[in-house]
Amino acid sequence: MEMLATATAALGDAFGVLLTAEHIMFLFAGVLLGLSVGVFPGLGGIAGLSLVLPFMFGLDPVSGLALMVGLVAVIPTSDTFASVLMGIPGSSASQATVLDGFPLSRQGQAARALGAAFVSSLYGGLIGAVILTAFVLVARPLILTFRTPELLMLTVLAFSMVGVLAGRSLSKGLAAAGLGMLIGSIGAAPAQGSMRMDFGSWYLGDGLQLVIVALGVFAVPEIINLLRGDRAIAGGARLGRGWLHGILDWWRNLFLSTRCAGIGVVVGVIPGLGGSVVDWVAYGHTVQTTRDRSRFGKGEIRGVIGPESSNNAKEGGGLVPTLLFGIPGSGSMAVFLGGMVLLGLEAGPSMVQFNLDTTYTIVWSLALANVAAAGLCLFLSPWIARLTTISFPVLAPFLFMVVLFASFQSRQTLWDLLALLVIGVLGIFMKRFDWPRPAFLIGFVLAAQAEVYTYQVTQFVSRRGIDYLLTWPVGIILLLTVVSVWLGARQSQHLAGNGAARTWPWNDRWPQIAFTGLIAAYAAVAAIDAWSVRVLIDRVFPLAVGLFTLAATLVVLAQQVTGRRPAVLADDEIVGEESRDAGRRGVWTTLSWLVGLTALTALVGFFAALIVFFATFLRLRARQGWLRVGLLTVLGCGGMLLLASSLNRDFPSGVIQSFWLLPWPFR
Amino acid sequence: MQRRTILSAALAGLLGATALGLAGPAQAQVDFSGETIEWVVPFREGGGTDRWARFYAPLLSEALPGSPTVIIRNTPGGGSTSGANEFHQRARPDGLTILGTSGSTQFPYLLGDPRVRYDYEVWHTVLGTPTGGVVYVSPGLGIESAAELAELADVELLYGSQGATSLDLVPLLAFELLGLNVEPIFGMQGRSAGRLAFERGETSIDYQTTAAYLSNVVPLVEAGQAVPLMSWGALDEDGAIVRDPTFPDLPHFAEVYEMIHGAPPSGPAWDAWQAFFIAGFPAQKMVFLPDGTPQDIVDAYAAAFEAVVDDPDFRDRAQAELGVYPQVTGAAAERVKELAIGVSPEARDWVQTWLSERFGVELN
Repeated sequence: MEMLATATAALGDAFGVLLTAEHIMFLFAGVLLGLSVGVFPGLGGIAGLSLVLPFMFGLDPVSGLALMVGLVAVIPTSDTFASVLMGIPGSSASQATVLDGFPLSRQGQAARALGAAFVSSLYGGLIGAVILTAFVLVARPLILTFRTPELLMLTVLAFSMVGVLAGRSLSKGLAAAGLGMLIGSIGAAPAQGSMRMDFGSWYLGDGLQLVIVALGVFAVPEIINLLRGDRAIAGGARLGRGWLHGILDWWRNLFLSTRCAGIGVVVGVIPGLGGSVVDWVAYGHTVQTTRDRSRFGKGEIRGVIGPESSNNAKEGGGLVPTLLFGIPGSGSMAVFLGGMVLLGLEAGPSMVQFNLDTTYTIVWSLALANVAAAGLCLFLSPWIARLTTISFPVLAPFLFMVVLFASFQSRQTLWDLLALLVIGVLGIFMKRFDWPRPAFLIGFVLAAQAEVYTYQVTQFVSRRGIDYLLTWPVGIILLLTVVSVWLGARQSQHLAGNGAARTWPWNDRWPQIAFTGLIAAYAAVAAIDAWSVRVLIDRVFPLAVGLFTLAATLVVLAQQVTGRRPAVLADDEIVGEESRDAGRRGVWTTLSWLVGLTALTALVGFFAALIVFFATFLRLRARQGWLRVGLLTVLGCGGMLLLASSLNRDFPSGVIQSFWLLPWPFR
Repeated sequence: MQRRTILSAALAGLLGATALGLAGPAQAQVDFSGETIEWVVPFREGGGTDRWARFYAPLLSEALPGSPTVIIRNTPGGGSTSGANEFHQRARPDGLTILGTSGSTQFPYLLGDPRVRYDYEVWHTVLGTPTGGVVYVSPGLGIESAAELAELADVELLYGSQGATSLDLVPLLAFELLGLNVEPIFGMQGRSAGRLAFERGETSIDYQTTAAYLSNVVPLVEAGQAVPLMSWGALDEDGAIVRDPTFPDLPHFAEVYEMIHGAPPSGPAWDAWQAFFIAGFPAQKMVFLPDGTPQDIVDAYAAAFEAVVDDPDFRDRAQAELGVYPQVTGAAAERVKELAIGVSPEARDWVQTWLSERFGVELN
């Protein structure tokens, strides 16, 4: 009772602060700044916060917090633009949005998808704040019941989503998830630091980052695919029904939106679960709870509402471990913590004991920022949606630029671009042969924590006995996992039955069989490599995953060779809708533009290469007049320059930069 | 007329140049007006070293002659070795690129990690930021201070660790020296993950560096959920280990060693501990200028950092981020660096053998 009274008083204080003009002004400044940074894929909270940190010293805590919270809050909202309109996952929070959001754009329903996405974001953010207001008071003991075995079980539960994300063939889904895990376990082992599949390079030694893998698997194949067709993103270059329709869609799925917001809060609150998995879990849950699943991946509006409701709620949930335990759930939360210290605020248990009003101010600032951000985005979306009506060859150089610059933010070396290219080619083939890319990505995202928790649980059990595992939370999560697997299995059976009956003569079949063979070969090499790791504990996980992937891939291979399960056979080049287009360009000639830009960057540095690329591409490929070539080149390269200079970012440098010291931006 | 003017101008110029030349180094002015200084941080954004650098960057910008812009450039990779390598190979000695390192950069260098291609010897140190650490245990063990540690001789303690070659080398070696039966649980992603495991009751002994201890463990101690035992200690001006000024009531490690063993620590294991302790704590974070930087630029940086830490407001601002430790600048910072990298070959061999025998870790 006393707690309730304290909480109410603190909440009152918080709202007193929240609604002052100064606070709202700073919050809104943060929102605008975050929005302008966040629309660029690969740039998010970290880049935005780094901009404002130098100014934190002079500010009073309330204004400083408002600025930072406003900035952080809008990232999962603003990144939706790139995901829905361009098929480029804007940040780790919007990967799953791509799956159905982008097909909607291609059908000319971009405004509807954006409308549904933003109102879901707004609602998710508000639900998150409401839940947190009560939850913060009891969060500490609850969070502490999630020990390592519970975290491992939650990871397994997240894995069970592979079942629903697998698409038409479960064996392909498992093989794809295994491949994702293998690629996620490249580099130094989390346990004792042994190297796996690094081929002696320091770049691979650190593992590949999510931004590169997500861009490679989703953005590159979509860009290449669209460029081959030479049309605008929106099929008939019209915009269809608008954002009001999207809001109505959301209203009809209010219950789904609420559930996904709940998932977002829970995943965010539990430290160590990793925020990048939340949209996949929400998406998987959405598929599981939808009666007619045939539209998923082809423009099902529920596939947009689910993940978008969860990712803003997750930001709020993520505040709990950050503020109460000083454990940031993400990179941007880590920088946020640093900013708090500059303001003279210390995260820790005192945030609930003595600074509850500050905590509430932060929670509700986040909600308020969500409202402002979603409102602004909603307002802008009908205009921004028109980007999808631009002829794609004119848009393409901008997208190449954005994708390369985004991937360069990973480690800021030329290797980033090369890694993007390699993963991009993998993505192109996965798309062509209908390998489920979501399953691949969920495997990648979960690899590190699956290994860490398996390893730690093994150590704990060997010291503390098996009793350590047998607790009721573990049992409950296990039960949820069984239910989830059952739902997933039911679905893949259902979809497999729908497989189009088509005969596959050998001539049509061999390319996909060759691809499957290559994946099997990679899995075999990875398993052998893991076997050669000296430290036992660093060996077990990649070895097990390697063998599992090899087995699953061999099953796929057998099914493809015998042709007994038609669901496992697919080739966009032969049966895809777009393959019938006359005048469709070859995949390799189209990809060579990306290869060319990367190679030229390696030679003369990114900025010089970009200028040459823009001019060449717009003239030769998009066939624009010289005036427009000039204007668009200046627009693209100038915009890049402005972005990089305001964020203090360098560009990838090439061979000539190692001989001559050139002035920025050619440095 | 015209001719005369040119002549006199030339003469004046010549005279002026000579005058400047004669004035020599004494008046040579380092001026960074309009320049951008890149502070290379070989760690990810949001980590401890990144936060430390971002804390200092605006202050440094104000204090350097000409108030240049100071930006932070994060170059994570290879546990900070790749960023430090790049700095070592590429940074020009013009004062426009500086490096901020941490214990995680020092340790691979000291352990002879094959990835290391940088050399602390040739860098110029302009700032050193010390920290400390406090060891605490679970109250369930039934002891109330370090004096009772001997009672735990037969109890197996679990410790959540980031890995034996990380900064955790210092606590793991300390537990070994004290004869405690501590079993590390490896694979913790950061010290805060280790603390969380302690709070969940999964491990029973832990340590945190000063800032994290103050904000996140002191409340546990007050609530009776953690028992502090000792600090690692701090260096006094002569380089001797003394009690940590932030925790004057806690005995430092060497004191506890004497409590348990009845004699002050000595021998190769102790030498090794001391060397890695200094590299990991009193000299945890340092700012460097590259090899060959002219002395006037080094002096300008030393003076700037001195001005920053002498500012009366600085102490208040710094307390939460840096603790109460005096920041060392200039020649004192250079001395701390010498101490930090002064691991004797015997001590290094001892640690390498110990790592290999105890944890199966081979460094090359």
